[in-house]
Order: sequence, then structure tokens, then C-alpha cells
Amino acid sequence: MSLLKTFIDHFTRRDRAALGGGPEAIKKQVAQGKLLARDRIKAILDPGSFHEYDLFVEHKCSDFGMEKKQLPGDGVITGTGTILGHPVAIFAQDFTVAGGSLGLAHARKITKIMDHAMKLGIPLIGINDSGGARIQEGVNSLAGYGEIFFRNTMASGVIPQISIVLGPCAGGAVYSPALTDFVFVVDKISKMFITGPEVIKTVLGEEISMEDLGGARVQSEISGNAHFYAKSEAECFEQVKRLVTFIPWNNRKKADSFPPRFPKAGFDIGAIIPAKASQPYDVRDVIRAICDDSDFMEIQALWAANMTIGFARLEGHTVGIVANQPLVLAGVLDVDSSDKAARFIRFCDAFNIPLVTFVDLPGYLPGVDQEHAGVIRHGAKILYAYSEATVPKITVILRKAYGGGYIAMCSRHLGADFVFAWPTAEIAVMGPEGAANIIFKGEIAAAKDPEALRKQKVQEYAEKFASPYVAAANGHVDAVIAPQETRDFLVHAIEVSVEKNEHRPAKKHGVPPF
Amino acid sequence: MSDYKTLVVDGTAYETTLTRNYLRRKPYRPRDPKRLAAFIPGVIRAVKAEAGCRVVRGQSLLVLEAMKMENDLVAPADAVVKAIYVSPGDTVTKGQLLVEFE
Repeated sequence: MSLLKTFIDHFTRRDRAALGGGPEAIKKQVAQGKLLARDRIKAILDPGSFHEYDLFVEHKCSDFGMEKKQLPGDGVITGTGTILGHPVAIFAQDFTVAGGSLGLAHARKITKIMDHAMKLGIPLIGINDSGGARIQEGVNSLAGYGEIFFRNTMASGVIPQISIVLGPCAGGAVYSPALTDFVFVVDKISKMFITGPEVIKTVLGEEISMEDLGGARVQSEISGNAHFYAKSEAECFEQVKRLVTFIPWNNRKKADSFPPRFPKAGFDIGAIIPAKASQPYDVRDVIRAICDDSDFMEIQALWAANMTIGFARLEGHTVGIVANQPLVLAGVLDVDSSDKAARFIRFCDAFNIPLVTFVDLPGYLPGVDQEHAGVIRHGAKILYAYSEATVPKITVILRKAYGGGYIAMCSRHLGADFVFAWPTAEIAVMGPEGAANIIFKGEIAAAKDPEALRKQKVQEYAEKFASPYVAAANGHVDAVIAPQETRDFLVHAIEVSVEKNEHRPAKKHGVPPF
Repeated sequence: MSDYKTLVVDGTAYETTLTRNYLRRKPYRPRDPKRLAAFIPGVIRAVKAEAGCRVVRGQSLLVLEAMKMENDLVAPADAVVKAIYVSPGDTVTKGQLLVEFE
């Protein structure tokens, strides 16, 4: 073969493989409002930065007529590239090739790029769009999934792992996203479930649509399996890019610093909190009034919204924010909000991101459903995660900090490095109403006018204990600060904590109340 | 905003909004010893008692096949069967009432 022919042959092979499942399958994909796998990668990565590997990998299955089937790239595209200059490893399942079904060669391409990401110390991004196991490959297909799950687990806490579900992701396959740090979903496109609507209908006789069972909205609001919800793929890709700027490449690095920016004008931080402790406000206003450029990237905004978590920057440094949200369920701790906060705290600790906690909660959500759902075990996860974390931990008590909730929300006693309280803080064993009713029960019952005495005792208790000063007198609070001083205190606390180096007893691993 | 609801914690009524999951809570109902319900969805394969039968605790009443397993559903106590609401071949959902005792 002449040199020219050799090169022409190469480009022909490459173009053929890059066409994926061919014109018919591509038409179908587009008709569903979905982008093609390679276009998705290109939309996420910096222009021209994508470098693809393993384009010519082929399956070795010879059963059920598979020996006659050629599957370009075996249904998955893998490579490396950059996002706003940050290197990442990426794979995207190609639904146009045999429905994105996962065979052994497909899985081995994924595990190879995962191994690369681990060795190189760069984040891994996976785009899931697959009908599931390639049935013809039998147990080899299951082996492929298992090998991916194992690597997801090995990579956990070493490199950030991001899953973008842009199509079906069902059965065992959905456990890979579940093992990763952040799951992105898109309205009407993402479908995640273990058993689909058809199985549920035949076995259980229950009828439900795919969207209602495991659509993007359900996974973002009801189950909490997804972290970021978008209306379109384009919006989703912008979210992914933004997230990557907040997190480090791996667990040996810190997140990149950005030029410091002041919060945007227009937040009167002293006027956000209502005078009455029983009235709501949006804690995100407090966060935005304090962080750089008022830029707060909220995570799991729709699920367990009584707890607000997300990333922000202080003087250019990434911080992880955990805050009770009085706007929703009064900001109580419950099963879901505990799970949500605990996992986020562990992510921040694994990736050297300081934690800033804003406290304003009435305690735990009362109810039979909560107790029976194991609020004890789930609530314990927050205690575990905060106690275990060795990154700088800074706590600001805005208003209510009662009982177990006070302890759980990164109190001094769980190892907070700095605890600040606003003058509006009420740090007590429980709210004035409850406390007065118990302490003065006998007196109130015996009084001529029990209601008047009760009110008086509630008032007395509130004046004496519902303040930050008892806690400050005991050194549980380091400083009582005005709301306007909060950013300054936080920035300073982060800056003096840069070299923080705290150690925990040597162990294989702890046994958290999963 | 006027669409705030109240949530009572430790005697204090807080103004706040509620979540979909909170509103979807199922109220607690204590177990009724006079009713036997399906603990898992499946298909009734056999019915071994009828209304008016006197049964003893642990006696097999129904066979419920679910997830490829045949489950023996037994009488929770010595009792008289008031009614059996299923026949062999019926598909039942979780929590569906199967047998009532007097």
C-alpha cells in the first residue's frame, strides 16, 4: 500500500467508527431531543481539547450472532480533555450503538479511562445513556459492571467523580452514578431506576410512567439520588463546568484559588433575620451576603431543602457551606437532611475544602415516620461526618441552636476550629417554650393563673438562656460578632487555617452508621 | 409571603414551607390483629381455609408467590375466619387485605 493509501485508509476507518450506530440510530437519538455522545463531550470540554482513545476497540462475543455484528467503539467514547483549563478524563455511552448496551469491551474501555484518571489524579466525568447489560454477553456483561463499581469505590475520595445521566440508566448500571460524588440529570431525558415500570406492572400490578418512577425531577426532589437538575443538556453542561471550578483535581491538591471578589451590593445582612425566632427567612441570602461575588453553587437544591449545602468562595478560596434552612420545615434535622449534609461534609473533608456551617434550627423533626425511618441512625451520620473531618471547620450560629441540633451542627464539641455567634443566637438545651414548661411544670400547674405564669416563665427563660452569652462565657463560642463582621471573621479564620494539620487515630477505616 | 404553614417543634410553632416528601408522609396505623394483609406483592397460589373456619396460631391459610418464592401466610393467633378476600390466581399488592378474623 502506498503511503497516501495508508493514510486514506486510516481516516476512512476513523470516520466510519466515529459515525457510531449509523444514520438511522442517529436520527432516533436526535428525535428524542438528545445530543449525540461525541457532541456531548465536545460541549462540556474546552474547544479542541478532547482527545479520544480506544476508538477501534471491538467486542469478542461470538454467541447469538454477535460475531457478525460490528459495534463502533463498542458503544462508548473515552478520552481526556480540559474544562476551563482543568484536566479531566471522560467517557460517554453512545446510545446509537446497540442501545449503548454494556459488554465486556465497552466496560473495559470505561475501566481503562478510570484507571488513567486515578493515575493522573484528575476528575472523572461519565455520561450515562444505555439500555443496560448486553444480554448476548451474559455474565461477562455483569463482570464489566462489577469492575466499574470496584473502581468507582477505589476512586472515591481520591479523584472527584461526576456522573451525567442523559438517557436511561437502569438496573445494576445505575449503581455506578450512585457511587460517584455528583449526579447531574436533565428534565425528560434522564431515567434512573432499578426495576422499570414494565416489571413493576407485571409483578406488582402497579402502573407508573417512567418519568414518575425515575425521571429527573423525581430523582432530584423525592429520592435525592441526583445532585443537579437542569431543564436542558446545555444548562446541565454549564452546571458541570461551574462545579469543576470549585473542586480540586484530586485529594492531594486544594481547589484552585480565584481572584477575590466582594459580595454583590444589595444584601443588608443585618436585616435578613426576623426578630421572632419562629419566623422564616432564606438562609441563602445570608450565604450570598457573605461569599465572593454572592456566587453560591447550591447542591441538591430540591431535595431535603431544610438543609442547604453547596460551594462558595471566600477571598477566592473554595469553601463548602452547610446551613439549616428556616424557609423549609423550619430548618429541622430529619432523615434526609442528615444524609444530605453528612455526605457533603465527607466530600469536603476528602478534598481539602474547608467547611463553613450556618446554624439556625429548632431541633429534630418530630413524628412516628421519622423515628421508624431511623432518624437516630441517619442523624448520627452528621455527628460522625463532622467529628471525622479534619479540614478547617468554622461555625456561625445565626439564631436558634437547640439541644441535639446545636451539638450536631459542627459545635465546638465535634471539633469546630472556630465558633462564632450573632447576637441573635439562642443557644440552649431547648426552645424557651419547651424548657419553661418542663422546669416550671409544678409551679405553673399550682398557679392561680397558669397561663400568665407560663408566659412569664417562658419570658424569664428566654432572657436568661436564649442568647449566645452563656455559651460564650463557657468558651463554647469563641466570639459574638455582628452580622456585618461575619465575612471578615470567616475570611480570617480560613486564612489562619491554611496550614491546619490535624490527625486521627490510625485505622483501616471507621464504621459510620451508613 | 402568605403561604407559610406552621410546624410545631418542642412547643414552638414555626412559620415555614413544607416539602413534597413531608406532605407525602403516611400516617401511622397500629397493626390490626383482626386483619391479615400481604407483606409483599405477588400472586395467590393456594387458599387453605374458608369463612367460618376455626384456625390455630401458625396454621397455614394462604400461599403467596412473590419473587419466585412461595410464602406461607399463617394465622397470627387462634381465631375464627370471618372472610377471605382472595382466590387462587389473584394478583395482590403490598398491604392488600387478604383475610379478616372475627
